[in-house]
Amino acid sequence: MAELRALVAVKRVIDFAVKIRVKPDKSGVATDGVKHSMNPFCEIAVEEAVRLKEKKLVKEVIAVSCGPAQCQETIRTALAMGADRGIHVEVPAAQAESLGPLQVARVLAKLAEKEKVDLLFLGKQAIDDDCNQTGQMTAGLLDWPQGTFASQVTLEGDKIKVEREIDGGLETLRLKLPSVVTADLRLNEPRYATLPNIMKAKKKKIEVIKPGDLGVDLTSKVSVISVEEPPQRLAGVKVETTEDLVAKLKEVGRI
Amino acid sequence: MLVRLAKLSCPVYQCFHALKIKKKCLPLCATRWSSTSVVPQITTHYTVHPREKDKRWEGVNMERFAEEADVVIVGAGPAGLSAAIRLKQLAAEHGKDVRVCLVEKAAQIGAHTLSGACLDPVAFNELFPDWKEKGAPLNTPVTEDRFAILTEKHRIPVPILPGLPMNNHGNYIVRLGHLVSWMGEQAEALGVEVYPGYAAAEVLYHEDGSVKGIATNDVGIQKDGAPKLWIIDEKKWKPGRVDHTVGWPLDRHTYGGSFLYHLNEGEPLVALGLVVGLDYQNPYLSPFREFQRWKHHPSIRPTLEGGKRIAYGARALNEGGLQSIPKLTFPGGLLIGCSPGFMNVPKIKGTHTAMKSGSLAAESIFNQLNSENLQSKTAGLHVTEYEENLKKSWVWKELHAVRNIRPSCHGILGVYGGMIYTGIFYWILRGMEPWTLKHKGSDSDRLKPAKDCTPIEYPKPDGQISFDLLSSVALSGTNHEHDQPAHLTLKDDSIPVNRNLSIYDGPEQRFCPAGVYEFVPLEQGDGFRLQINAQNCVHCKTCDIKDPSQNINWVVPEGGGGPAYNGM
Repeated sequence: MAELRALVAVKRVIDFAVKIRVKPDKSGVATDGVKHSMNPFCEIAVEEAVRLKEKKLVKEVIAVSCGPAQCQETIRTALAMGADRGIHVEVPAAQAESLGPLQVARVLAKLAEKEKVDLLFLGKQAIDDDCNQTGQMTAGLLDWPQGTFASQVTLEGDKIKVEREIDGGLETLRLKLPSVVTADLRLNEPRYATLPNIMKAKKKKIEVIKPGDLGVDLTSKVSVISVEEPPQRLAGVKVETTEDLVAKLKEVGRI
Repeated sequence: MLVRLAKLSCPVYQCFHALKIKKKCLPLCATRWSSTSVVPQITTHYTVHPREKDKRWEGVNMERFAEEADVVIVGAGPAGLSAAIRLKQLAAEHGKDVRVCLVEKAAQIGAHTLSGACLDPVAFNELFPDWKEKGAPLNTPVTEDRFAILTEKHRIPVPILPGLPMNNHGNYIVRLGHLVSWMGEQAEALGVEVYPGYAAAEVLYHEDGSVKGIATNDVGIQKDGAPKLWIIDEKKWKPGRVDHTVGWPLDRHTYGGSFLYHLNEGEPLVALGLVVGLDYQNPYLSPFREFQRWKHHPSIRPTLEGGKRIAYGARALNEGGLQSIPKLTFPGGLLIGCSPGFMNVPKIKGTHTAMKSGSLAAESIFNQLNSENLQSKTAGLHVTEYEENLKKSWVWKELHAVRNIRPSCHGILGVYGGMIYTGIFYWILRGMEPWTLKHKGSDSDRLKPAKDCTPIEYPKPDGQISFDLLSSVALSGTNHEHDQPAHLTLKDDSIPVNRNLSIYDGPEQRFCPAGVYEFVPLEQGDGFRLQINAQNCVHCKTCDIKDPSQNINWVVPEGGGGPAYNGM
């Protein structure tokens, strides 16, 4: 019987299908009332952890999220997918806006130690900030080995084999547990949270704690100066012949 | 709404499909039938092609789970939420326990809500007398009310005398999506189980024929009023102003008009839209493009200049009034809100009556659930009191008073005849005339063949005030899981080209506000085929209503799909 325990970090982000709008004061993107959902890569991470549990290689899956009260919805989705219990690290809305990878990494590192988990799963990056840093920073803080951009994960006793998607192709690593794994797109296809599972998930426990309880300081050393929309894409210009094209390109100094 | 029998016998079941199908198990679907008819298969939905006959489903494990509740409500709009909230309020008052489950196809409450909207707070006040303390988003009381008739170049103001349906004194301009969202939070706080992202796809029956419950969508299968929100230049912003027009660009035989409401919620925001009666006759009419050209009218354009369009949506409104309300109760359930249709047509307000109908339903149901000697002939409860109570309420009185205004627009003078009728019979006589005018038949029968009508020349969008269809659809945030059968099903795949295109020049490519229907040339040979871009659908239901062949049947797609309106 496996005694391994897994912690999965999930992030609540603006849904990928929503057309976002920058706030008029340029301080950020408008989030009020906008549809949010679990970060797609986090879904893949949850799915992988739950599959390991179903294969009886992992005993317990804990889902954690840092942020304001609405994060509980995201944790509930993870519970509906099969996680056993949840932890909500409550951060007030105003402070949550300045929450970056380093602060979250500190929280996750403390939690991983406190819960004595063997595996920490995350999505490779969040679709709102595209940082791709939290998993790596957490591994660094914990001094644990990391397998990032995982497209296949196999448990082998007290080690884990991770196949990574890298620029040149695929790289396979064998890591000693405990370790950090971040999920890439091809790792798996996440299941739908069906309604009966959502109903069961309502009975599962979500523990609410404050970052102070973990002894983590969330002050950020990064401040956002402005957020702007990308420049409007100008209409193209049609030309008749190749000679015209070359002339136009020379005109704008491209060749 | 579906209701259970209080004592020992059959409770209501809410059955769920949980199909866990791996993509690898199903072979590629390429079921084209050939030989005589070369109609490519368009519809694959199981409501048209049942699974029992489809070889690909043999041996697939279809698990169904069941859950019971006391009351199941389909749709978390103003009516559904009012009913849920009222039930829980009554339960708390009487110290009883009533399990209320609410399913909603949108991914979050309010995401499929679209209105305008000008709210008469009468029903809302009854439900939440302390809404202000609770922070309900009614932030913009109406301060100014204007009505005008537009001609191509001019604007003729019409005075709004108190007592006319267009008078909005005491009302609020709200973003209905936000209000619905707030109501959803209240409902959850009261203990209603709210399940967004789940579409009710099927009704289930007891053996005695009464309604037993609903089944939600399968997951994991392998395939008229268009409003907009604009941020405008602050100098043009007049918070609290309500503007309505009739006339240009619609002719007098095409019922419809526009609204433009100035919201007061921090930013200079306006909600504007065009309503087009779907009993229009010209198949070349495109409600979307009428809306676009309306914005260019000299009296409208200045408000929008310098502004930015931030949201778009569309919805069909049920405006049949009293004459079109169906039977409201059946064993096992009842109908509330805009499904049966309680909109006060000349006021273009239906939210208050929807909420009231929900409240009344809750009260009638609670009385039955609570009554000591409960006997029912059927397993599903038949709450006939609901219809009786509704008919005794102010909803019915209000609808009765305005019942003849819409049908009066069918005469020779068209909409202007309707206005004259309103002036005499509504304003003076308050709808007391003894006759009830009838509607002229179904909307889908009203289209004239294309050869009898003139095509309408619409101006090209200028990208500043008017826009093209696809960029507007993108703003609605609509999205559907692409790997599902198209939810716009055709009873007969050959009719679109053989009938709709040949006789009516394919009106579906014009009345759909999301560009779902396209007639594309066949790859080989001459002729066209209908392409259904189901992913664009904004769930307005116009196609099901207006298709002259009544061949299109809109069924609900996988829950969670559809538009992502934010405070529309």
